[in-house]
Amino acid sequence: MEKRAVFKSWWLPILFALPQILLILLFFYWPAIAVMKWAFTLEPPFGGVAEFVGLTNFDEVFADPFYWNSVAVSLIFALCGTCFTMLVGLVLAIAVDRRLPGSGLFRFLYILPYAIAGPAAGMAFRFILSPERGLMASVNAAFPDFWNPAKYGAHALILVIVIFAWKWTGYTFIFLLAGLQSVPRSLTEAAAMDGAGPIRRAIDIQVPLLAPTLFFLLVIMMTEGFVGSDTFGIVHSTTGGGPNHGTEVMVFRIVDEAFKGLNYSGASAQSIVLIGLIMVFTFIQFRFIEKRVHYK
Amino acid sequence: MIQRTPIADALTYLLMVLGFILLIGPFLVILAGASQTLQQINSVPFHFLPQDRFLENASAAWSRANLGSAMINSFIMACFVTVGKVALSACTAFAIVFFRTPLKHFFFWIVFITLMLPLEVRVVPTYAVAADLFQPFRLLISALTGIEVSVEWNLLNSYAGLTLPLIATATGTFLYRQFFMTLPNELAEAARMDGSGPVRFFVDMLIPLSRTNMLALTTIMFVYGWNQYLWPLLMITDPAYKTTMMSLSALLPSENSLPDWNVTLAGSLIIMAPPLVVVAVLQRWFVRGLVATEK
Repeated sequence: MEKRAVFKSWWLPILFALPQILLILLFFYWPAIAVMKWAFTLEPPFGGVAEFVGLTNFDEVFADPFYWNSVAVSLIFALCGTCFTMLVGLVLAIAVDRRLPGSGLFRFLYILPYAIAGPAAGMAFRFILSPERGLMASVNAAFPDFWNPAKYGAHALILVIVIFAWKWTGYTFIFLLAGLQSVPRSLTEAAAMDGAGPIRRAIDIQVPLLAPTLFFLLVIMMTEGFVGSDTFGIVHSTTGGGPNHGTEVMVFRIVDEAFKGLNYSGASAQSIVLIGLIMVFTFIQFRFIEKRVHYK
Repeated sequence: MIQRTPIADALTYLLMVLGFILLIGPFLVILAGASQTLQQINSVPFHFLPQDRFLENASAAWSRANLGSAMINSFIMACFVTVGKVALSACTAFAIVFFRTPLKHFFFWIVFITLMLPLEVRVVPTYAVAADLFQPFRLLISALTGIEVSVEWNLLNSYAGLTLPLIATATGTFLYRQFFMTLPNELAEAARMDGSGPVRFFVDMLIPLSRTNMLALTTIMFVYGWNQYLWPLLMITDPAYKTTMMSLSALLPSENSLPDWNVTLAGSLIIMAPPLVVVAVLQRWFVRGLVATEK
C-alpha cells in the first residue's frame, strides 16, 4: 500500500534525508564502486596509477587452491550452522508454544546468547571446548587426541560452527515462535477434537504453516553464515583461520588478503564473487516473499 | 487445550530443559570458571560449582586488559551508533513517507541497497575512505574543474571514524518507514488542517508516537554497536581508543605463563555483561525490533 503523501515541499524532504544519504554515499557507495574498480584493475598498494587488467584478477583467484578451500569451508560452515540453528530453534519453538507452566522463563532464557558478540563467545569457548581443560578434558584423558582443534582443521571447524550455532539458535527460535503464534488456535483445537495428538499436530499442521518462516530463515541464516559479521569475528578470535586453513572462511580470506597480503585486487575480486552470492540469495528471497502466505 | 497429554507434556519439558542446557549451559560454565582458583579451573574433570574467587579474577582481568578505558570506549561507541542511527533513520523515513516528491523512490532504493553489502565485503575501500575522507571530493573536484585541492582529513583513531561508517546502513530506516506507514492518513491531514507545518508535525506528533519503535531500535543498535569487532580493529591503533572487543586477545593466557583461564573467563564475562543486560531487561522491545526489521 502506498501512503498518500500530504506535505508539498521540494526542499524539506531533501533536507531530512540528506544526512543519511550523504553518509551512505561516502561510506557505502564510494567504497562499493571502488571494489568494482579494483577487481578489474591492478591496484598498487602504496598509491600510483591503477592499470586495467580485465579478468586477470579473477583468473588468479580461481587458480588458487586456497581460494577453493575457503569456498568449501564457508559452504560447510553456513550449511551446518543453518541446519543446526533451524532444527533446534524449531523444536524449542514448538515446545515453548505449548504454553505449559514455566515456558515463559525458557523463552526468556533462550534469547540471551544472541546478545553476546561472536568474538567474546569465541574467547570463552576456547576454554569450554579446549583439549586439555574444560568440558572435553575428561574425554581426552580417556581417549588421547580424540579432540584437538589446535591440531586438526576439522575439529576447529566444528568448534567455530558450535559457537555460531550457540549464538544464532535463539534468533531462529524467536522467529519460529512468532510464526507459530500466528497459527490460528482454532486449527490446532479442531485437530485436537479429531483426536490428533500433539506430535501429529506439530508435523501435520504447525510445520507446514511455518513453511514461509522456515524459508525466510533459511535465506537469512545462509547469508549470515557466508558474510555475517559474526562469522569473521568468531573465526578471527577463535582459530585465526587455522589450523592449516581449516577454518578459513571466505570473509576471513578477503580481509587477510587485503590487510596482511596487501593484495587489494585479489581481495576485491573475491568480494565481487561474494556480492554476487548475496544478490542471488536476496533475489531468491524476494521472488518467494512475494508469494508468502498470510493466515489471517 | 482440550486434551490431557501427560506424556507429551513430559517430553515438552525434557526438550525445554535440553534447550536450557545447550543455550544457557555455556554461561554456567563461564560463571563457574570465572569464580575458581587456578588449580580448580585446570582440574580434570571440570568443576561445575561456582566458587568465591570471582572478584579477585575480575579485578585481575580488569587491570590486565585495561578494561576501564575499553568499557568507556565501547559504551561511547555503542551510544554514538545508537543515537546516530535512530536520529538519521527517523529523518530519512519521514522524508520517504510523508512527502510527495519525485526523489522518493530514489531515496528508497539508495537506502535499500545498503542492506545487501555487509561491511566485511567492502572493508578495504571503506577503510581507505575513512583514512582519507576528502579523497572522493578531491577526485570529483579535479574531474569537474581540473583544480587540485590538497585538503586531508583522516578519521583513524577517532570516535567519528569508529561510528560513522557503522551508521551508514539502512536497518533503522525501514523500521521507521514501516511504522509511519501504519499511521492513519487522517493524522497528517488533521495536522495540516490545524496549520502546523511538516517539521512541527514531525516533532510534536511522530516522534512521541514512535516511542516504542525508538526503544526497539535503540536496544538492537546498542547491542550491534557494542559487539562490533572488525571495524574497530582496523580503525584504532592508539591504545586510548581501544574497545572491549579489542581487549579480548589481551585476556588470553600467554604461551609461557600460567594457564589462568579463570581470569580470561572473568574478563569475557565483564565484556559480555552490558549487551546481555540490555537484552535481558528490555527483551520485549528487543524481540519486537528484531522481528520487525527483518520483515
